[in-house]
Amino acid sequence: MFARGLKRKCVGHEEDVEGALAGLKTVSSYSLQRQSLLDMSLVKLQLCHMLVEPNLCRSVLIANTVRQIQEEMTQDGTWRAVAPQAAGRAPLDRLVSTEILCRAAWEQEGACPAPGLGDGHTQGPVSDLCPVTSAQAPRHPQSSVWEMDGPRENRGSFHKSLDQIFETLETKNPSCMEELFSDVDSPYYDLDTVLTGMMGGARPGPCEGLEGLAPATPGPSASCKSDLGELDHVVEILVET
Amino acid sequence: MLVTEGGVPLVPTCKKWGLEMGLSFFSKHLPIQEGQPWASKTPADIISTVEFNHTGELLATGDKGGRVVIFQREPESKNAPHSQGEYDVYSTFQSHEPEFDYLKSLEIEEKINKIKWLPQQNAAHSLLSTNDKTIKLWKITERDKRPEGYNLKDEEGKLKDLSTVTSLQVPVLKPMDLMVEVSPRRIFANGHTYHINSISVNSDCETYMSADDLRINLWHLAITDRSFNIVDIKPANMEDLTEVITASEFHPHHCNLFVYSSSKGSLRLCDMRAAALCDKHSKLFEEPEDPSNRSFFSEIISSVSDVKFSHSGRYMLTRDYLTVKVWDLNMEARPIETYQVHDYLRSKLCSLYENDCIFDKFECAWNGSDSVIMTGAYNNFFRMFDRNTKRDVTLEASRESSKPRAVLKPRRVCVGGKRRRDDISVDSLDFTKKILHTAWHPAENIIAIAATNNLYIFQDKVNSDMH
Repeated sequence: MFARGLKRKCVGHEEDVEGALAGLKTVSSYSLQRQSLLDMSLVKLQLCHMLVEPNLCRSVLIANTVRQIQEEMTQDGTWRAVAPQAAGRAPLDRLVSTEILCRAAWEQEGACPAPGLGDGHTQGPVSDLCPVTSAQAPRHPQSSVWEMDGPRENRGSFHKSLDQIFETLETKNPSCMEELFSDVDSPYYDLDTVLTGMMGGARPGPCEGLEGLAPATPGPSASCKSDLGELDHVVEILVET
Repeated sequence: MLVTEGGVPLVPTCKKWGLEMGLSFFSKHLPIQEGQPWASKTPADIISTVEFNHTGELLATGDKGGRVVIFQREPESKNAPHSQGEYDVYSTFQSHEPEFDYLKSLEIEEKINKIKWLPQQNAAHSLLSTNDKTIKLWKITERDKRPEGYNLKDEEGKLKDLSTVTSLQVPVLKPMDLMVEVSPRRIFANGHTYHINSISVNSDCETYMSADDLRINLWHLAITDRSFNIVDIKPANMEDLTEVITASEFHPHHCNLFVYSSSKGSLRLCDMRAAALCDKHSKLFEEPEDPSNRSFFSEIISSVSDVKFSHSGRYMLTRDYLTVKVWDLNMEARPIETYQVHDYLRSKLCSLYENDCIFDKFECAWNGSDSVIMTGAYNNFFRMFDRNTKRDVTLEASRESSKPRAVLKPRRVCVGGKRRRDDISVDSLDFTKKILHTAWHPAENIIAIAATNNLYIFQDKVNSDMH
C-alpha cells in the first residue's frame, strides 16, 4: 500500500511521511468506524422488522443516521489525507438519495472482491458500501435470523433501501414475514408462521380491499368481523393445544 | 451528610436535601404469565408508568402486563405524628389485554404506556390509561356500606318463602369492609394507526388529547366514536419521514394551548384557536446545534423523550438523552437552563447505540413548587436539580442501599481521576437498570420511582412542605 511503501524508503522525508501516515491512519480508522456504524445501523433497521411492531421513532432515528453517514461518504467519496478534525464535520450541501447509493453498491457487487475489512480503504464509496453485504451480517450475534446457512439467498432481503423499509413498516406483507422467520428458533415461530399461513389462506373478499387501506383507516371494518371471528376461534383452538 | 456532584458538602441549612427518607417499599414479583397466547418474553410486571393524582392521595402505576395498581396514602395517624401517611395498595385491575392486529399480522402490546388522572369531580376517581392503540377511561368507586334487611330476600340473597314474611321492614345501610370497584366507562379505540406515546387531559376537564408518532387527536371524554385530528406530520410519502412526535401535553391553565416534542429535539407550541389543524405551530422552541459536539449521534441524543409544563404554566421541562432543559414559554431561541444528567456517557455513545440504550426514553418531573426537577438515569440512579441553588444530587433506588427510615446516600459516578471509596466508575454502571419513570407528589416532597419491576416511594420527613 501507499503507506507501507513510503515507510520502507526511510530517506530524509521521514517527518512528513510520518505525519501523513498518522493522518492516513486516523482517517482510515475513522472510515472503519463509520463503516461499522453504517453496517450496525442497517442491521438494526432490518432487525426491527421482526419485533412486535417496529418502534417508529427508533427506526426513523437509525434511518437518519444511515442517511448522514451515506451523505458524508459521498461528500468525501475519493480518499484523501484530510486533517482528522475536518473529517468529523458533515457538510450538508446536498441530500443524496439513499436508494441510489444502495443500488450502486448492489450493482458493483459482482465486481467487488470479498474484502476483509482491514484493507481496501483506498477504494471509492461504492466499494466502501460493498462490505455491507454478508461479510458483515453474520457477525451480529443478536440477529439469529442472520446466522444464515447460505449468505447468498438471503442477501436479497438484506439489501433493502430505506424507502422499502418504510413502506414495509406501513403494510406488513405476510409472505415477507415468513421469509424473515424462516431461520428463527424462537418459541413463537410455530404460532406465528401458522397464523401468517392462516392469514394467507383466510384472506377472503371483504378483507382484501381493506389491506390497501390499512395505513389510512386504523382498525378493521365491520365487514371483517365474521372472518375475524373465525380466526379468533381457530386461534383459540391452536392456543389450547 | 449530603454532598453534591462536585464533592462539596452542603451547609447544614440545606438540610431539606438531607431527605431523610422514610421508605415505603413495594416490589412486584409476579410470575411470568405462561399460557398467554402472546406472552411477552420479559416479565410482565415491569412498571411502565407512574402517576400521582391531583391531590397526591393516590398513586397509579401501569405495567408491561397491562395491569394498573393504585396506591393510596394512609391518613396520618394521630398516635404517631411523625409517621406520615404511607402508601398501601388500594386497587389492582387489568386495564388492557394483548391483542392481535390481523391486518398487519402484528401483536398489539398490552403494556400501559401512560396513565393520567382526571380531576376529581365527585366521590369517584377516574383515570385514563392507554396502551399503544386504545385509551380507556376507568372509574374507581368505593363501597363501604351495604343494605341489609330486605323483605323479599334473605341474607344470602335467596328469595324468602313469602309465607314466612309477617311484617315489613325498611332495609338499613350497614357498614361493610371497604370494597374498591373499578369499571371501564369508556373505550376510545381505533383512533391511532401508530403507537400512542402520550395522553393529556385538558384543563377544561372535558377533552383530552392522545398523541402517536405522527398524529395527535383530540377527544371528548364522553364521546368514544369520534375524535378530531389536530396535528398530522405524516408525509405524503413515507420515504420522506425524518421526524416523529415523541411527547405532548396540554398547558395546565390555557385550554387552547398544547406542546409537542419531536425526535429532532424541537418543541412546538400550538394554539387550537388558530386553526382546526394545528400543523402550523405558534411557537417553535429549538436550540441551535453545538458544532463542536457534533457527531453521528447528535440527532439521536437531541430527541426529546419527555416534555412537561411547570405547575405555573410559565416553563416547560424537556428530557433528551444526556440533559434536562428548562424552557421559558416566552423564549424560543434556547432553553433558559440546561442540566447535565450523565455527561460521562457522551464518550460512550457508540456502545450505547449498539446496545440500543441510546433509544431509552427517560421521563422528567417538576416538584410542586417548580423549584426542583428530577429525572432517572442508569444503574437505578436518579437525579435531582435544584433550580435556585443550582445544586444537584444523585440518588439510588435499590434494596441494598435503602432500608426503612434510612437516609438515602448520595451517589457519585467517577470518570477516572480521583476516585472515592463509594464512587462507581462509568464502566461498572448497569445499563439494564434504568429509571425511566418517576413522579413527584403535587404538593409534598414525596417521590415515586419505578426501577424495572420495583416501585420505590420516598418521603422527605424533615421537610414535608415544598419550598
